[in-house]
Amino acid sequence: MADSNEPLLETPLAALHRDLGGRMVPFAGYAMPVQYPAGIMAEHLHCRAAAALFDVSHMGQAELVGEGAAAALERATPADVQGLKPGRQRYGLLTTDDGGILDDFMVANLGDRLFLVVNASRKHLDLPRIESLLPAGVTLRPLPDRALIALQGPGAVAAIATLAPGIADLSFMGVGSFEIAGAKVLVSRSGYTGEDGVEVSVPAERAVAFAKALLALPGVRPAGLGARDSLRLEAGLCLYGNDIDETTSAVEAALTWTIGKRRRTEWNFPGAERVREELANGAKRLRVGIRPEGRQPARGHTPIHEAGGAAPIGEITSGGFGPSLNGPMAMGYVAGGLAADGTALDLMVRGKAIPARVAPMPFVPHRYAR
Amino acid sequence: MSETKFTKDHEWVRLEGGIATVGITDHAQNALGDVVFVDLPEPGRVVAAGEACAVVESVKAASDVYAPIAGKIVEVNGALADNPGAINAAPTTDGWFFRIEPADAAEVAALMDEAAYAAFVDTLA
Repeated sequence: MADSNEPLLETPLAALHRDLGGRMVPFAGYAMPVQYPAGIMAEHLHCRAAAALFDVSHMGQAELVGEGAAAALERATPADVQGLKPGRQRYGLLTTDDGGILDDFMVANLGDRLFLVVNASRKHLDLPRIESLLPAGVTLRPLPDRALIALQGPGAVAAIATLAPGIADLSFMGVGSFEIAGAKVLVSRSGYTGEDGVEVSVPAERAVAFAKALLALPGVRPAGLGARDSLRLEAGLCLYGNDIDETTSAVEAALTWTIGKRRRTEWNFPGAERVREELANGAKRLRVGIRPEGRQPARGHTPIHEAGGAAPIGEITSGGFGPSLNGPMAMGYVAGGLAADGTALDLMVRGKAIPARVAPMPFVPHRYAR
Repeated sequence: MSETKFTKDHEWVRLEGGIATVGITDHAQNALGDVVFVDLPEPGRVVAAGEACAVVESVKAASDVYAPIAGKIVEVNGALADNPGAINAAPTTDGWFFRIEPADAAEVAALMDEAAYAAFVDTLA
């Protein structure tokens, strides 16, 4: 993480955000728009109803090239990278040697290379870590000169497909190269809102023209980090640093599904020993969805008690109000025996117990183009 | 109508008939964003000036609301439970939070007037 005294970095769209009335805040060392004049609620609901444009250029992009790149990346992740077909993308975890989570990331197979997207706050750790595990002949190339723009919502693909019709043929987690607004771009049908949509990697010098071309399409409006956060929480998706970190394991975080089946027979990824032990004997704590009763949100770090219990059995890691859910929602970690859906909990907000229950996630159903 | 006074914590106060009505300013509601919940004090509670006595929750975050003056809470705006959006839509009228019977009405007079508050907000930009 950048030192708080360092000047904030900007993405190629910084001036556009200001022109659009974006309220800029520090995030992972970057000045980013938390919202535009419409406000978080309206931006969130617009994404679920039509199409929202998000600047996620602060995230780290890189490519991995050379014979055996997929096998090399598997030295850093329990994901099945070798089994990823050309034109397909996958969500995975980078793990520490102790079985904690170094970061969560996306990897795409572009045929002649792998394309990676990692978190802004972690790229300074992720890229050296991956590089340290590479054999001769495999090279990691950071792509700092590329912007990343997400267009999310039920109208997103129809809108962008008016500029490049082939995008509509991608299925969820499909990847392809296209030319839009004079720029060669890499499009993946994915995102982090629970909606259908795309994430587009664009050369930095073309990013403003590209974003303006998207914003000119019917139904497309800008949305900031505030809406991105409430959308991802409704979708039950983890935010690195809140819901997962170097102390949490894939099993505790309920992200065991990101571990490839083959990897669970080989046990040759960093931290495999801890994951194997927790899969066999159960994890001490588990990440669950939580629905507080009433309207009052319970935020991150709120202590969780068993209903009527005197001692904490866990903590909220992300919590807020879901505009589409029209109610409060949270995720957090609870002791292993208290993770079943429906389990009654007390959330200790400002010294008062708010009744809540363990609830299935996503809170709002995913609408991916499977 | 009596003059509205302001605090550096972005509350407004209006003294009418010996009772002070308190809410948050338009600047504050705009900074908070869409309000989804308020936690109001119990009527009868005695509060000190500057004491946190209500909480306003927006989509984004929770923020304390402070008693601008010492006194006793005599009434709270129960309508906010069903319509917290009134704080965004009408922060200085329908969006009021609570009413205080002042321990010393002169405390209200000592707060910032509208021009002083506007100048204070400008220093924050």
